[in-house]
Amino acid sequence: MVRRIEEDKSRFDRIVRGKIKRELRKYITHGEMIGRRGKDFVSIPLPQIEIPRFRYGRNKEGGVGQGEGNVGDPIGAAPGEDGAGQAGDAPGRHIMEVDVPLTELAKLLGEELELPKIKPRGKKNVAATRERYVGIRQSGPESLRHFKRSFREALKREMTAGTYDPDNPIVVPLQPDRRYRSWREVRLPENNAVIIYVMDVSGSMGDEQKEIVRIESFWIDTWLRSQYKHIESRYIIHDAVAYEVDQKTFYSTRESGGTKISSAYKLCNEIIDRHYPVTDWNIYPFHFSDGDNWGGGDTKECIRILREELLEKVNQFAYGQVESPYGSGQFIKDLDKEFKNQEELVTSQIKDREAIYDSIKDFLGKGR
Amino acid sequence: MNRGTRVSTDLRPLAQEIREIASGYGLDFFDVIFEQVDYAQMNEIASYGGFPSRYPHWSFGMEYDQLSKGYAYGLQKIYELVINNDPSYAYLMECNTLVDQKLVMAHVYAHVDFFKHNAWFKHTNRKMMDAMANHGTRVRKYAEKHGVDEVEEFLDACKSLDNLIDYYSPYVRRRERSKVSLSDEEKQPDRSVGKLRAKNYMDRYINPEDFLEEQREAKRRKSVAARKFPAEPERDILLFLLENAPLERWQQDVLSIARDEAYYFAPQGQTKIMNEGWATFWHSRMMTRDLLEASEVVDYADHHSGTVFTQPGGLNPYKLGLELFRDIEERWNRGQFGPEWEECEDYVERRRWDKQLGLGLQKVFDVRKLYNDVTFIDTFLTEDFCRERKLFHYSYNKQTDMYHIDSREFRKIKQRLLFQLTNFGQPIIAVQNGNFRNRGELYLKHQHEGVDLKLDQAEDTLRNLFKIWQRPVHLETVIFERRKVLSYDGKEHTRRELKSNST
Repeated sequence: MVRRIEEDKSRFDRIVRGKIKRELRKYITHGEMIGRRGKDFVSIPLPQIEIPRFRYGRNKEGGVGQGEGNVGDPIGAAPGEDGAGQAGDAPGRHIMEVDVPLTELAKLLGEELELPKIKPRGKKNVAATRERYVGIRQSGPESLRHFKRSFREALKREMTAGTYDPDNPIVVPLQPDRRYRSWREVRLPENNAVIIYVMDVSGSMGDEQKEIVRIESFWIDTWLRSQYKHIESRYIIHDAVAYEVDQKTFYSTRESGGTKISSAYKLCNEIIDRHYPVTDWNIYPFHFSDGDNWGGGDTKECIRILREELLEKVNQFAYGQVESPYGSGQFIKDLDKEFKNQEELVTSQIKDREAIYDSIKDFLGKGR
Repeated sequence: MNRGTRVSTDLRPLAQEIREIASGYGLDFFDVIFEQVDYAQMNEIASYGGFPSRYPHWSFGMEYDQLSKGYAYGLQKIYELVINNDPSYAYLMECNTLVDQKLVMAHVYAHVDFFKHNAWFKHTNRKMMDAMANHGTRVRKYAEKHGVDEVEEFLDACKSLDNLIDYYSPYVRRRERSKVSLSDEEKQPDRSVGKLRAKNYMDRYINPEDFLEEQREAKRRKSVAARKFPAEPERDILLFLLENAPLERWQQDVLSIARDEAYYFAPQGQTKIMNEGWATFWHSRMMTRDLLEASEVVDYADHHSGTVFTQPGGLNPYKLGLELFRDIEERWNRGQFGPEWEECEDYVERRRWDKQLGLGLQKVFDVRKLYNDVTFIDTFLTEDFCRERKLFHYSYNKQTDMYHIDSREFRKIKQRLLFQLTNFGQPIIAVQNGNFRNRGELYLKHQHEGVDLKLDQAEDTLRNLFKIWQRPVHLETVIFERRKVLSYDGKEHTRRELKSNST
């Protein structure tokens, strides 16, 4: 039985969601949410929602307390909420934590950024059949007998037959009264996807740049997870050489040295070839770099790999160029020039945290 | 009340025993129906202010969310919840230990005695359980008819204004309700208005119809201007809105529901220190004298100390009330009152003072009957008490961003306490003019007592007031020692400074 309070609670939740949605841009640019992420929930700090009333703004006012201490002794930043009713209540809690399921967050993100639903590529749909109970029929296995409907039928019959006695309301369903649940098979597409995160960890990528990558990946991840039933993530870091690493290393590694982007693209290509047959998988590489590649020669090599290998295989290849203290590199311009009308390749300049919002839109706005 | 709750039979003999003990001490209460509930039910009931069948509103959901989290994190637990009703309902947490249940039941009987006898509760509806359920049904019905969102939005506005009632109005008759409205008078204008004296046969020449009309018009205008509206500033703003705002039937009903409930809950805010003090006073007496088994002493002490625990710098109504009642009992037992006592300056003499009057118990019963928190503190918070119980006054220090003890002076402490309780912690606001600028605008005046209103909330509240009044609304108040008028005209907020004292 749904308790009454649950209805009120869900109405409250809806108000909270609305608030989060209105301030989503703020939450996106602040990385704090990522740290609060549980398995399926994110905990979001929100200012307390209050019904406004004419009331005293008693902040920074004095009050009366009880206990030891000399005149001049500090008694803390905020005397307890448990003050005497109205008396003595100094500023108290004003922040509440709201747990939002990741799926819900993805939905908010999708609505706010107007992200299109991703259309998985044609043949890769692994169809799964599932049964859904959709109706009622007159025959079926006893295990699916619908009690209420059967008795209702019986009651109907007895009433029309005039055998029903309200003072002795015994209703006995006969065979023709029996009703059973019926089902239909529905084919649900189940799609697999893999996200391959690639990050440049050369000397010129600082902590702030990595933080930007971290925040942006979090949101990309959240969105794509809401679109695919089964999703895998792989992580590649590179400077002049590329390695595959785990998530933790991915965000914490700091290398110095030069940048050879082609090394990462090669590795990415290998991983795809080895583990993710194009016929079964939707593939999403995301590459973040400051765009300072080794030289024209390596950029040419990158372009070659992209054109001949990667773009053939992936749903979308995303390149995000994060601006570093040393300025922004050439790589994004080279890509843009080379792949002008290629839909599989999306590039985005991420100047600072504020730009993350639009960048997410660039990357996910195509619905590929 | 049969929503999954159950009366545990094993508590019944215990309840009976405690009931008899309580009666033996002179406590007198309505019948109390105890129900044991689990934590989820308790949180639900508490969110609804004690009434499981209350009208639906998201704010109860919010309350529930916070209570549930507080409980899950182990920050708070509600042991008991008692409803002012006849019979009284008391919800006990199922997981309380037996000694907890004893304590809580003793506590409950004292609360119910307080509900029944304290003067401030005299006018509360003792069939509120039924009334609340009725309110709930009506609101649900309106929601079905007019849409959930619309009704809830209107409720938001009502709840936003529900502290704008006259806390004394159940006791003071401020005005007669006039039954005559403006339109009634218009229908029958005074025929003899402004007639010049004339002989009968000359009348229609000396007093032609258009002249008479003119006279009537002038008189009417004059009388409207003379009639202030309302005649006296109206503290029961909700009542004023009910009588004068252009509301639809259902809206009127919802607003009156909000007002009824506000009046029902008001005395609980007015007697928080006393009520909790009284209940604690009695549970402690009954437990220690009558109910405790030897094996339960430690658990009881633990629980009781939790009840009267005071955070450093905080003020716990349970503790303050308890200590004041105990102080009163002792003083009246020893005769420490009256002019003789007041005039005695000798410290040693005062310490030894004992006339063996034994009036203590009778006095505390009188006090619980006649006082509210303001008069209670005003009368019984003495300098000796203040010193012995180590009360202090604190204030905020900008440099350290902390609160510091700044005085232990009796006057200052008492003044502050009383000030905090003025109008029971609510700002004093009255309708000054319901036809401001002669344009049907609503003008409220805040009687400033030294503390400014919370401005952002005040503006949001004005917005809600506008929803109900549907014409521009104004609030005169003081901001940083300047008299200002906050206005909302349905589109934007404005603030205007007042030069003179006129409204």
